[in-house]
Amino acid sequence: MGYTVFYLSAIVIVPLSTLVFGAFRMDPQAFISTVTSPRVLASYRLSLSTALVAAIFNAVAGFLTAWTLVRYRFPGRKVLDALVDLPFALPTAVAGICFATLYSPVGWIGQILAKADIQLINAPSGIVVALIFIGFPFVVRTVQPVLSELEPEMEESAQSLGANRWQTFRKILLPHLFPALLTGVTLAFARAIGEYGSVIFIAGNLPFKTEIAPLMIMTKLDQFDYDGASAVAFVLLLISFTMLLVLNGIQRWQQKAYQ
Amino acid sequence: MQTNHTQEALIITNPNRNDHPAVQLILILLTFLFFAGFIFLPLGLVFAQAFQKGTALYLEAIRDPIAISAVKLTLLTAAIVVPLNAVFGVTAAWAITKFSFRGKTLLISLLDLPFAVSPVIAGLIFVLLAGSRTSLGSWLGDHGIKIIFSTPGIVIATLFVTFPFIARELIPLMESQGREEEEAAITLGAKGWQTFRIITLPNIRWGLMYGMILCTARSIGEFGAVSVVSGHIRGMTNTIPLHVEILYSEYNYTASFAVASILVFLALATIAVKALVEKRVHNQ
Repeated sequence: MGYTVFYLSAIVIVPLSTLVFGAFRMDPQAFISTVTSPRVLASYRLSLSTALVAAIFNAVAGFLTAWTLVRYRFPGRKVLDALVDLPFALPTAVAGICFATLYSPVGWIGQILAKADIQLINAPSGIVVALIFIGFPFVVRTVQPVLSELEPEMEESAQSLGANRWQTFRKILLPHLFPALLTGVTLAFARAIGEYGSVIFIAGNLPFKTEIAPLMIMTKLDQFDYDGASAVAFVLLLISFTMLLVLNGIQRWQQKAYQ
Repeated sequence: MQTNHTQEALIITNPNRNDHPAVQLILILLTFLFFAGFIFLPLGLVFAQAFQKGTALYLEAIRDPIAISAVKLTLLTAAIVVPLNAVFGVTAAWAITKFSFRGKTLLISLLDLPFAVSPVIAGLIFVLLAGSRTSLGSWLGDHGIKIIFSTPGIVIATLFVTFPFIARELIPLMESQGREEEEAAITLGAKGWQTFRIITLPNIRWGLMYGMILCTARSIGEFGAVSVVSGHIRGMTNTIPLHVEILYSEYNYTASFAVASILVFLALATIAVKALVEKRVHNQ
């Protein structure tokens, strides 16, 4: 118990409070002018919007993958199931250079897209691609257990009462799976807002265009602008904490639904 | 496994629960397509690029002294981080599942923190705490201790990013096992440590092992947090992922992907071990 508390204080609480107190010690005017400067605002907007688009994509793709892996039997299912965890296990920098190379105008996918005049590299859509990869397992791994523990009786009774397949899905299955899906999507979204390694290679990091908020912190640190970096980080941290609170709320709601 | 088979049989023989074959086929194809684009292509690319200019160049990139020193630093970091986090994970999970105390909810929420906090922020807080500009940093500097832009900083930042992995694996496991066995041991006169060693530890060993593997994988691969505190000093404070980044930004793609392929092997090994451990737990 003592060890737990000491460890948490040394590794988590003290360092984090340094950032929070640092931000409060700053001149309020300087703080506000830093976090509302057009370039910083653009980076927040970019991080939030790309994370949101990726999370929405993952809500659909992750749900369908979980459904397919749980409900259907086909060759290769176990391999796919295991590989869902790859984005967790693969270092983000490796994912970053992979996507940057795949989608570059001479890369395997980039070549094809170039013919259609689509460019993902150095563009927000490229950031979304990296964030889909990062967030995907969160959705699958939260939906999967709930889906596989669903009682078959529920669907059977709905069907014996005359509901068709789509009605059963929409009225019975989806409400039951929704809290888990929402948890997974929120996790993926929260992770995507702060993601750095997999994004910076494909993004091109152009100010106002493809510069994400975590990179903004990095840039300010490289210029030894510690106050500026803290200010940008503080706002990002607030966003993350809000996400944690939302997640907590969802989980409480989920528990209630099961009681 | 037995129940699983009968369940599978049920699903297959129960037409009501089965989707239309066309729907099944489309969804399976879509899943494969998604995996092809997001999993198989990137994996294939790493090896295609790494071996693009032949095995000799691949081996050269891996045997490069700077690459080897990066591997050593990464392994050293993991060797410090994983045991510390294992002890923390076991004590935290033990405290959370076997006792009730004030602040328990807070403790559980703190375990989610590194998932929500940007790795860049994880690095930044340690620069703010112990960088040479701060009072703690300059005091340590006077005593010849350097944390930021040096190995201790890399270790601490990695600790922050990976501390919940083991605890999060153990909590659901220990929760499902309840505390009856421990209570029985204590009534029979076992001391706290004895109870833990003889009863708890064997019960959680697979979960603990899996948590440690995840923790190892993440501490080897951590990039953002380490990037902030490392200072990128070649041959000194470069971990494997940072070395990959530097090679890539120097347009030395073959070497970059060659070094990255080590990390891919490690990631695939992690996944394989995970599948094995899950099978074990399932069989138990």
